[in-house]
Amino acid sequence: MTALRTGLTTNAFVGAIWTFVVAISAAIVMSFATGLPFKPDLLFSLILGATAGLAASQGRRAAIVAGLVMFLLGAVGFGPLEAGEANPLAADLIAHFATALFALIGIFKIVVSDQFGAINRHDFEETLIRMLTGIGYVFFTAIVLIPFYVMVMTSLKNQSELVQNPLDFSLDLSKGWDLFRSYTELFSDFGFATYLMNSMFISIITVFITLAFSIPGAYAVARLRFSGQAAFSRSILLIYMVPMIVLALPIYMAFSIAGLRNSVLGIVLVYPVTTIPVALYMLQGYFRGLPAEVEEAGLMDGLSRLAVIWKITLPLSLPALASVSLYVFMIAWNEFLLAFMLLDDPSKFTLTRGIASLNSSEIPRQHLMAGAVIATVPIMALFLGLERFMTKGLTAGSVKG
Amino acid sequence: MTQELDIPTAKTPLAKREEKLAWGLLAPTLISVALVVILPLIAIFWISFKPITLSDLRPPVPIVKEAVRGSGEKLRIEYRLRNSSQTKPITDISIVDELPKGVQINGEVPEGCVVNDRALNCAFDQIEGGFNQKLIFAISAADEDLAEELAEDSEPTVSGRSENILTNFEFTFDNFVRVFDGSEFFGVLGVTLFYTIFGTIGALVVGLFAALLLNKSFRGQGILRGLYLFPYVAPVIAVAFSWLILFDPFSGSANALLIQMGVSEQAINFFGERPLALVTVTVFEIWRYFPLSFLFILARMQSIDSDMYEAADMDGASPFQKFWYLSIPQLLGILSVLFLLRFIWTFNKFDDIFLLTGGNAGTRTLTVNVYEQAFAISNIGAGAAVAVVIFCCLLLFSLFFFKFMSQEEGL
Repeated sequence: MTALRTGLTTNAFVGAIWTFVVAISAAIVMSFATGLPFKPDLLFSLILGATAGLAASQGRRAAIVAGLVMFLLGAVGFGPLEAGEANPLAADLIAHFATALFALIGIFKIVVSDQFGAINRHDFEETLIRMLTGIGYVFFTAIVLIPFYVMVMTSLKNQSELVQNPLDFSLDLSKGWDLFRSYTELFSDFGFATYLMNSMFISIITVFITLAFSIPGAYAVARLRFSGQAAFSRSILLIYMVPMIVLALPIYMAFSIAGLRNSVLGIVLVYPVTTIPVALYMLQGYFRGLPAEVEEAGLMDGLSRLAVIWKITLPLSLPALASVSLYVFMIAWNEFLLAFMLLDDPSKFTLTRGIASLNSSEIPRQHLMAGAVIATVPIMALFLGLERFMTKGLTAGSVKG
Repeated sequence: MTQELDIPTAKTPLAKREEKLAWGLLAPTLISVALVVILPLIAIFWISFKPITLSDLRPPVPIVKEAVRGSGEKLRIEYRLRNSSQTKPITDISIVDELPKGVQINGEVPEGCVVNDRALNCAFDQIEGGFNQKLIFAISAADEDLAEELAEDSEPTVSGRSENILTNFEFTFDNFVRVFDGSEFFGVLGVTLFYTIFGTIGALVVGLFAALLLNKSFRGQGILRGLYLFPYVAPVIAVAFSWLILFDPFSGSANALLIQMGVSEQAINFFGERPLALVTVTVFEIWRYFPLSFLFILARMQSIDSDMYEAADMDGASPFQKFWYLSIPQLLGILSVLFLLRFIWTFNKFDDIFLLTGGNAGTRTLTVNVYEQAFAISNIGAGAAVAVVIFCCLLLFSLFFFKFMSQEEGL
């Protein structure tokens, strides 16, 4: 093992592996972007990659030369990436160039420089870690982005086009606004405007009810002394553990008998209760971290407890309130099971329930994906805009998934 | 220090007031949780011992339709009495109606009915399930059309008593027998455990890798961190359908890609074949929930003291050694807490599998089984019995969890 730990073998190894990873990624990206056939070539990837690894360790100039060689070999058909025969030349050249470029940039950053002989364990492992990190970025970005890419692109295309070539996600930009036809149809013919309004309304109401219930509760658990306090803060967590499907069955029965099914009221009665424990748990953690002295000063000055909460605690915990609201909004917005079971009347549908109703063989799937995009975009926009609060909020209270 | 002397033994009025306030502040939460969580939990135990199906949610009621038929000699009022249930009897039925003005009853009235002037009363002890008969009163009227109009305007009132299966005291073990009977239950349990264990461990390991990647500051770190949370933040229905379309055996891009790259000869039915479907839904679960573990692990990593790593560097520790001997022991606490939490939540997961496969192709977990029994087979009692089994499993996990939590850092 230690005999193999030389600059020569290490650089050749990481060069070969990294080039192959780049070739796979380039094949996927180019196929998804153009619909043309591209595939990685294992043998050439390994040979050229190993060579490039050795060259790149000799400095920038050697790396550039290796990159050019890889590009030119690719262009004549002996590169890491194998292009279909009928592909347009421009697409091929771009693909080969990108492969060579990213392979060499990566290799240049990964390899141990200027050594062919034995290297120490530290350098060897650092090199491996640099390679794994690079692969990790590519891997995670790919697995996260691909499903969303497919979602958006499918919504903009025609079903028959996709059945013909499932890889061709290229858009015919000459269609102009007609690209968004499935969206306009969802809003005009399928009532998605109503679903969007219902989802908005229900989610916002849920946030307000949750806050109204959980703020006093969290304050009591965090600040006031009462018998059963410790037991209480634990049993909040227990409520987390009850699966929704177990509750959904009796709720469905009760609502059927009481006639609360198919009503926004029924949904608004249930949703907050699923979020109150989470919100209470997150908020009490935050309240505990606030300095009690400020509140005591308020009490000494003659404020009542409720006035202290309203005038001192709440203004101090605005960031926590923001993250809790965001999180509760997300739960309510994404909720599927209860909406699916309790709502049958299209005028009361939430977005998630509306999308479920699109899942039939009679409705082309660009509509289904357009619905998915409509449901995803608002929550993503909110989340990216307030990402800082979100990450804080999610880690502040252990969060239900 | 005089502190020890001052500890009050009895509650002071101030403390009492504080306690009162605390319960007052908690009351709304307690009441709502009791109504929407505790009550349904009790109900599910009750229902699980009941032979109840979806159609029993509406108790049987007697239904009466009134019509005037015929003319002249054969003019008659007909009351069609029907039992809404095909199987359950109704007892103590009474029908009350008022005959229209200018209408005369001719001849005999049906058994059980009494006509007193214009008031018509009928009473029956019991009608069986599926009962559907006419009560015919021969009449004569001065103005037949008017009589018909008047008769059909006045609705007869009808009442009856039926046994509501939800509230009576008839219990059965049939549901549990049905749930545990046969090999199906253990198949479902096995699938649930596979999904839960591998989904949990997978999400933790993948999350750990993602956290290692982002545990350094560089430009774009914030963007990547936001990006890696996408699967968790997006609505489950949106991502589940995206996966279904991506992995479609006939027109899915993933299959086309695999075939084009020469990895596979023909299209793979990722969500429709045993045992591949179970693996695929587990991978989906890992994909969707690695962001959560990633976020927690990253938060913990960033709070580890960097002095330790500097000391290790001085001692010549290699990167893998630092990871294995320094990082992992520091992360063990959060990893075990995450494992327990995710284990329970994955066990509880319903939406994902329901949307991806509907529990077909060997992916039916316990939670999906609740839905299958209650709504697909319409046997609510059996569904409730499965739910009770789930709940008991969870109680077991929770006991273990709390024992563990007290030793580990609390979340």
